[in-house]
Amino acid sequence: MQLSTKHLLGIKNLTAEDITLILSTAQQFKEVLQRPVKKVPSLREVTVVNLFYENSTRTRISFELAEKRLSADTINFTAGASSAAKGETLLDTVNNILSMKVDMVVMRHSASGAPHFLAEHIPAAIINAGDGINEHPTQALLDAFSIQEKTGSLAGRKVALIGDIMHSRVAQSNIYLLKKMGASVVVCGPPTLIPKHISQALGVDVSYNLRETLAWCDVANVLRIQLERQNQVLFSSLREYNLAYGIGKEMLDSLHKEVVIMHPGPINRGVELNSDVADSKQSIILQQVENGVAVRMAVLYLLSGRSVAE
Amino acid sequence: MQVIVNHTKVFETLDQLAKSISAANPDFSSTVIVGIQQGGAVVSEYLYERLLKQNPHASALKHGKLDITFYRDDVRNKILAPDTMHLPFTIEGKTVILVDDVLFTGRTIKAALDALFDYGRPARVQLCVLVDRKEHRQFPIQPDYTGMAIPSKPSDKLKLIITQNNEPQVVLLNQ
Repeated sequence: MQLSTKHLLGIKNLTAEDITLILSTAQQFKEVLQRPVKKVPSLREVTVVNLFYENSTRTRISFELAEKRLSADTINFTAGASSAAKGETLLDTVNNILSMKVDMVVMRHSASGAPHFLAEHIPAAIINAGDGINEHPTQALLDAFSIQEKTGSLAGRKVALIGDIMHSRVAQSNIYLLKKMGASVVVCGPPTLIPKHISQALGVDVSYNLRETLAWCDVANVLRIQLERQNQVLFSSLREYNLAYGIGKEMLDSLHKEVVIMHPGPINRGVELNSDVADSKQSIILQQVENGVAVRMAVLYLLSGRSVAE
Repeated sequence: MQVIVNHTKVFETLDQLAKSISAANPDFSSTVIVGIQQGGAVVSEYLYERLLKQNPHASALKHGKLDITFYRDDVRNKILAPDTMHLPFTIEGKTVILVDDVLFTGRTIKAALDALFDYGRPARVQLCVLVDRKEHRQFPIQPDYTGMAIPSKPSDKLKLIITQNNEPQVVLLNQ
């Protein structure tokens, strides 16, 4: 069994079989991470460059750890400290790196479509680690893995994506993935943060009422308010956002049911999520981070075939 | 597909193998039996059942399954989906009886030893195989317990399968 693609650019072009293969492979890598020696030799002859044109803590560390656990050699590139600051183009930078015999590229970029552009011009396998407001496929895969692990399955599951849907690549990748795997999806947030035609475009339901949404769902994936991506004021203040869409323990308790709380991080505590929820038993936020390494190992492993590199 | 060894002969051979293992390991308290996925795991299950029946000390024996996908030396030529790894016990200081269905070049056993050592440092490892194709070995690896030696051509593909009637057979796969 093999993936139908040689790059992971987004969830949009994966099949349900691809997703199932990645998740079941990740399950085996999760076992590897529990052993005394948390490492396998599979990618010993592979060199991976982590090309980060945008800030990241979790994703970069998670990818780097996944690469090391697979015995790959890794190079880290951060745009701020590189020749990109001197005006070198993306393609020139990547071609220079590849001429040093690099096999795979993990890339984050603030421009939507940047990894797709690279995939058309270079031979190495590319993994999208987040491009602008387009997709963040490995985040959606690790979210799906965590939902499956916690609740048993994706099919038929009711998942709410809450918060800044408009600027969120995590939301878009999650929607593609959950729909392909047979889950029902509701997006919830203030009207200014939800794209107008999202129902028709992506087949999700829209709700502007947090309480109703939480009462409906099994899993609430709470998204970060992306202050850096907002050049216009889309709600009046963070405090007002918290009052209308922030999730607190009191509200969750009043529902008399167990909603699984997820967040891709970093959390704005007291904005989209109050600390009494973020640190509660219902929250699987830290399990998501743990699963992230196993899922990224699966993606790197499955895309590392020799035919891909040559 | 051609049947090389029928189920009656396979069961007889498994009985013999279990007896040899019992004879060499009078006390099973620090012994574990580990089958290599997928054929070896099946053989190890049959052996485990037989040991439990034959030997009163075998209740202490532990049984596990080892998947070598991530340790194959040809891993990047052909990306394979991994199978389950199931070693819910420590192998540190233990005698590990490693079980495979067909021993051919020795590469699988080399990978299995690599995988095993990521779980700890066993006192010793013994190798038990149902079928040995010893004329094709590429590594200095020999079994401690051999079910049967079957002469074969290098291009032959020998495999243990389970029929619809739940009977194990060794077959020669069509090229």
